[in-house]
Order: sequence, then C-alpha cells, then structure tokens
Amino acid sequence: MRRVEGDTAGNGPLARRIGLLSKTTFMVFSLPGIGKVAQLSAKSATMDALILSRIQFAANITFHILFPTITIALGWLLLFFKLRFSRTGDYKWMELYFFFTKVFALSFSLGVVSGVTMSFQFGTNWPGFMNSVGNIAGPLLAYEVITAFFLEATFLGIMLFAFRRVPSWVHTGATLMVAIGTTLSAFWILVLNSWMHTPQGFEMVDGVAYATSWREIIFTPSMPYRLTHVILSSGLTVAFLVGGLLSYRWLRGDRRPAVVTGLRCAILLAAVLGPLQALVGDLHGINTRDYQPAKLAAMEGLWQTKEGAPLVLFAMPNQQERTNRMEIAIPKLGSLIITRSLDGKVLGLEEFGDKIPPVSPVFWSFRVMVGLGMLMILIAWIGAWMLWRGRDYPGWYLRTLLVMTFSGWVATVAGWYVTEIGRQPWLVHGVLLTRDAVAELQPSHVGLTLTAYLTTYAFLLVAFIVTLFYLSRKETEKSPLEASQL
Amino acid sequence: MIADIIETGSWLPFAFAFLLGLSLLLYAILDGYDLGVGMLTPLVDNAERDRMIASIGPFWDANETWLVLGVGLLLVAFPQAHGIVLTSLYLPVTLMILALIFRGVSFDFRKKVPPEKQAFWDRAFFLGSTVVALTQGYMVGRFVTGFQQGWAAQLFAVYFGVLVVAGYVLMGATWLIIKADGALQQRAIRWAKTAIWLMVFGAIFSSLAAVFTDTRIYERMFSFPELTLLIAMPLLSVALTLLMHFLCGVLPLPGDRLAWMPFAIAVAIFTLGFAGLVYSFYPYIIPGQLYIVEAAAAADSLFIILVGTLFVLPFLIGYTALSYYIFRGKATDLRYD
Repeated sequence: MRRVEGDTAGNGPLARRIGLLSKTTFMVFSLPGIGKVAQLSAKSATMDALILSRIQFAANITFHILFPTITIALGWLLLFFKLRFSRTGDYKWMELYFFFTKVFALSFSLGVVSGVTMSFQFGTNWPGFMNSVGNIAGPLLAYEVITAFFLEATFLGIMLFAFRRVPSWVHTGATLMVAIGTTLSAFWILVLNSWMHTPQGFEMVDGVAYATSWREIIFTPSMPYRLTHVILSSGLTVAFLVGGLLSYRWLRGDRRPAVVTGLRCAILLAAVLGPLQALVGDLHGINTRDYQPAKLAAMEGLWQTKEGAPLVLFAMPNQQERTNRMEIAIPKLGSLIITRSLDGKVLGLEEFGDKIPPVSPVFWSFRVMVGLGMLMILIAWIGAWMLWRGRDYPGWYLRTLLVMTFSGWVATVAGWYVTEIGRQPWLVHGVLLTRDAVAELQPSHVGLTLTAYLTTYAFLLVAFIVTLFYLSRKETEKSPLEASQL
Repeated sequence: MIADIIETGSWLPFAFAFLLGLSLLLYAILDGYDLGVGMLTPLVDNAERDRMIASIGPFWDANETWLVLGVGLLLVAFPQAHGIVLTSLYLPVTLMILALIFRGVSFDFRKKVPPEKQAFWDRAFFLGSTVVALTQGYMVGRFVTGFQQGWAAQLFAVYFGVLVVAGYVLMGATWLIIKADGALQQRAIRWAKTAIWLMVFGAIFSSLAAVFTDTRIYERMFSFPELTLLIAMPLLSVALTLLMHFLCGVLPLPGDRLAWMPFAIAVAIFTLGFAGLVYSFYPYIIPGQLYIVEAAAAADSLFIILVGTLFVLPFLIGYTALSYYIFRGKATDLRYD
C-alpha cells in the first residue's frame, strides 16, 4: 500500500486550504462538535484524510439515501396503481402509473449511480472496514448484488418500456419484481447496517472477524426495528412526495380524476403510516437503550446518569464541558418514555468515558426527525379529516402539502444522522473504530475528490427537483388518457 | 490430495478468482456495447440518436451491475487486494465514477427535461461514456504493470485506455449492426470497420510501450511451452480482425443474414484479449505483489457466497433471457405508455 509521503499538513498553503475546506464544509453540515476536532488535528495528514474521508462518505451516503427512500415505497405504490387499473379498468390509475413511473425512473437512475459510488468508496477510502470485518460484510453485500441489483435492473427495463410489448400481467409482474428488488436491496443493506450497530454471531481472531452463526448475523437485535423504521420512512417520504407534486398540479388548475384520486391515496397513506412510524420509532428507541445506551444518552442530551431523568426539549450541548446550556426540560418525562416508569434509571454520557459520539449533531438531528414526524402526522390527519367530511382542500392546505414535498427526505436524513453519528467513534460498535478503518490517502487527493462529488451532487439535486416540477407542469397540459391510447 | 483440497476449501480462492474474471469479462462485453453506442452518439442526428439509445435503454442498467458484482467480488473475496487496487487508483476511479454518474442519469434526464436542455444531457451522455471507457482502460493498464512508476508504464496505461475506447466502440458498432436497419445500420458497419483498425493500432502501441516496462508479460510468454501460445493468440486475433474487415465489406446481406456475426467476432476478440491479459499475471491477484491465495477472505464466508450465487444464477440467466427476448429485433422508439 502506498504510504503518505512527506506532505504532513500544517506547513504549506495546501494544508491551510484543506483546513479551510474542512471548516467550511462542517459549517454546511452544521456538526460543530467535530469541527473542533478538525481544527485540532490539522497537524496530522492522516487525521486530515480521516476527516475528509468522513465528510466525503457522509456526503455520498446522504445523497444516495434520498433516492432509494423514494424507490422502495414508490415501487409498491406503482404496483397498487397498476392493480387498481387491472381491477377497475379506470384510466385515471394508468395516468397515475405513467406519471409516477417517470419520477421512479429518474429516482432509480440517481440511486443506481450514487450506489455504484458507494460500492467503490469502501475500497478507496475505508479499506480497514473490509480488512477487519470483510468476512461478515462481504457476503451480505454480495447477496444484495446477486438477489436484488440484477433483479431490479432487468425488470425495470421491462416495466418502463415493455407496456405495449407484453401481456398486461407480465407488465404487472415486472412491476412487482422491481418492488421486490428494491425492498430486498433495503433488507440486505439494513442487515449489514444493523450488524454494525449490534454485532453478534462472530469471533475475532488477530483483529479479523470470522462468522460463527449466519442466523445471528442476519437477525441482530436492532435489525427488525431498523428495517421497519426505514421502510415506513420510505412510505412517508413517498406519500408526501406524491402529495406535494399532485398539490402542485391541483394548484395549477389540474383537477382531473387522476389528481384527485392520487392526492387522496397520498393523504390516507400518510395518515396510516405516520402514527405507525411513531410507534416503531419508540420501540427502536427502547432497543437503542438496551444495546447502544451512549447513543440514546446523546439523543436525549443526558450527561449524568439519573433516576427520574427529564425530557430535554431544548439545549445547547457542550462536548468539552460535558454539560447542556440553555436547557429546557420536562421533569421525569425522559424516564417515562425510555424506561416506562417515572423513576426509571437512564444512563448518562458520563458512563462511557471518551467513547461517546459528538452530542450536538445527534441531539439536534433527533429533534428535527421527531419534530418533522409530528408535523407530518398532523398534516395527514387534517387531510384525512377533510376527506372524511367530504370537504374541498382549502388553498392553504394544498400549499402546505407543496412545501412538505421533500419533508420525508429531511426526516430520513436526520434519522440516519442520529443513528450513524450516534454510533461514533465506532464504525462497528465495540469492534472497529472509524479512525482505524480509513485509507492512508493524500489529503489533497481526498480534498479534490470531495469537492468534485459535492459539486456534482448539488448540481444533480437541483436538476432532479427542477425536473420533477417541470414534468408535473407538462403533465397538466396533456389531455387525459383515453381508451384508444391504451 | 483432491479430498484434502475440498476439505480445507483451498480451492475457493481460485473459484472466486474465476468468478471475478468472468464477471469483469461479462462487464467489458455487455457494458462495452452500451458505452460504445454512447461514444458513437455525436455522429448522428437527433432521430437516429434516439434509436441508438433505444437499442440499449432496457439493458444498460443490468450491464453496469456486472461491474458492481466484479468490484463486489474483489471486495468480499480479496479484501486486501481490493484495498490496494482502489487506493492506488484513487483519482482515476473517482473520475470514472463521476463519468458513470453523469452518463447514467443522462438516459433519464435527456428525455425528461425541456427540449432546449436536451443537448446538454446528450453531451453529458457522450462525454460520460468516453471518460468511463478511457479511465477503465487506463486503470487496467496501471494494474497490469503492478502500478509501476515511470513514463513507460504511464504511456502503456494511456495506450491501453485508447485500446479500450476502440474496443468498446467496436462492441457498440457491432451491436448496432444487429439492432439497427437502413442508413443507421450501414453507418454502424462503417464504424465497426474503422474501430477494428483503431484497436489494432492501440494494441501495437501499447505492446511497444510494454517492452519498456518491467512486466512479466514478456518473460512469461517467451518461455517454452508458452511460446506456442504467444504465437497462436495473435495469429487467431489477426484472423478474427481480417474476418471482421471483410465481413463489414459485404454486409448488409439480404434478409439481414449474418448481422449477428460481427458482434460474435468482437466478443471472441474481447475474450481472447482478456484471457491473454489474465494469463500474463496469474496466479497473482495484484501483478508482482500479491498472490490469489494470500489475498483471499475466510473460506466459510466465501462458501456461503458461492452457495447463494449458484442458487440465484438460474433465475438471473432466466430473467436476463426474458428481457432480451422481449426487446428482440430492431430497436424502435422507447416509450413508457
């Protein structure tokens, strides 16, 4: 392996540039806790490569997750539209199908290309990960490729382009296969991710993990909760994406049956999945209490172990002094939620020495996620109530839905930040530290690629959003589907 | 002896080296044809470009998955080699990924954006395809020399990049001979004829540069009995090249007979070249640095992947065949509804 030569940072304009880069990027990512570490470590080139590699991976995974989050649930929604059409013969369902197929195809291709990037990043930036736990992670990733990637890629071609070439049931079957493919893919990646949080079923020999039980590796304690939580978050993301785009069309005067029906589906979907997600999220939190108490303490902003711990609503956690500033808290409610008892004991961050995550980003991401989740439930229920009373949606409601188009994205990303930053400093909890897995790359190289990735992602994100609304506008100008066109 | 090998699982690394080679060869052939089509798109007008892209639209994503599988197999079966290869090729890998990103999303964006913006995404599609081919060839060139420093090794890698570009263009052109008709097919025949000679030049120049690098290619091939192979392989390649040249002279035939033949010849040339390349460094997984056996992951983990692969493979072949069957014949316009 090539060693980092000479260029220890701190002795040239290059090092200053990189220092500046990491600082500004951290402001963008608003992770003040690690920002300090970045400045402190400007002396060592490896540390710079570590920080830059972490930002790069965070940027990659943040960009990537946006698209699977759409395609996992949208695949099933498309299947629902297609089945409704087969059952009723009503063309509004096919209008919905074709419109959201475009959204699906675009999201899918962005998901594919950013996923390819991820598969390379393991090797380019984190060789220590595979060297240490490759015997566990390898088979799980391989199963994702052979059971899911080929399946969804091949059937997507049939689903998109073969509507007129094959019998309707084959086309429906292809849609089903794509939905199964995206979900299988989510299953394998969450199996691996859950193993990194709650590893079991292996033994360590000379710093390398060897599998002892694949059943234990696949069914780790956190896996059922995490998988359900992520799939529901995909459902909610899609409900608000569909709701937002159709509200946009409605506000532009497009009130054809497809729009009315689609909007109703979106609102009802959100109204059902929202409370379900709150319940699963709560259970996931209890699971975190049992297996990753340091992460839970960071989420709750609890520094000291307490019986009858308060629920901290607002605070500015200070990592160095290990206290909260400007804390607003409700007494005993924390213990009630976490232990189901007013005087239950909740472990504080003090129990875990220096093996604690950066508290602020975890604390705040958690609040963003929960807050948005509550808002989504409220909005969905207002809509469901209006549907029940048979009322027209008022303009403010449709505009709210429009604003909330990408709320699922924000909540999902915030949730991932909670769980991933919350696992730090570990890459695999209790087994492998993140800093021990990083590649010895030249910081200037990582800085260069990071800039390239960030520019690309920003550009593609804007292109994606602009295109979705352009497609929606174009759709409003089209005449409705008729029997002769099918 | 044999029972011993099966017992200890020491055959597994070689089985995986074979699978790795197979999926990279399949990748080069399959994504080769759609990248090649991508590189040819600036040569035609909008209507023909749509038909060219329609000929690869349903397939490209699955084709690219072979690369993910190849890198995945390297990652899971030879984690140590994976780390060395990808950190040594850090910048070209990143460049390739960025090109793959732009090319991959262009398929969708070019037809979903307002008409005046389509030209931008068409250009991204062409440039992306070209940079992917160039960087892949360059990286294979760097890899084969064991990441040697020096101008000769770099020049070798660059020539190899050109060789791969020509090779992919050949695959793309011969694919279009199958999938296109009329004027576009006749163009594709001309492109194939040009590409095959470009390939010959790329091969000659990279061979010349290889003489000045410290490779085992020559050492290996000039010793007996490998010498017979050294003579047989280029002879076979020359025969295939000439066959392609003359075939392109007579195509298209009435009833579209033999339209599949150039593609088959191109596949044969790729397979030969690939086998020769692998032969030059086997049993190393990283030429001159790391043996296949040294780099392999735990036998138990490899075994469980193999079981899964053997189970899934019939399905994979089945639905791939289904897809090629559904989209058989000449390419027409692609549309969702």
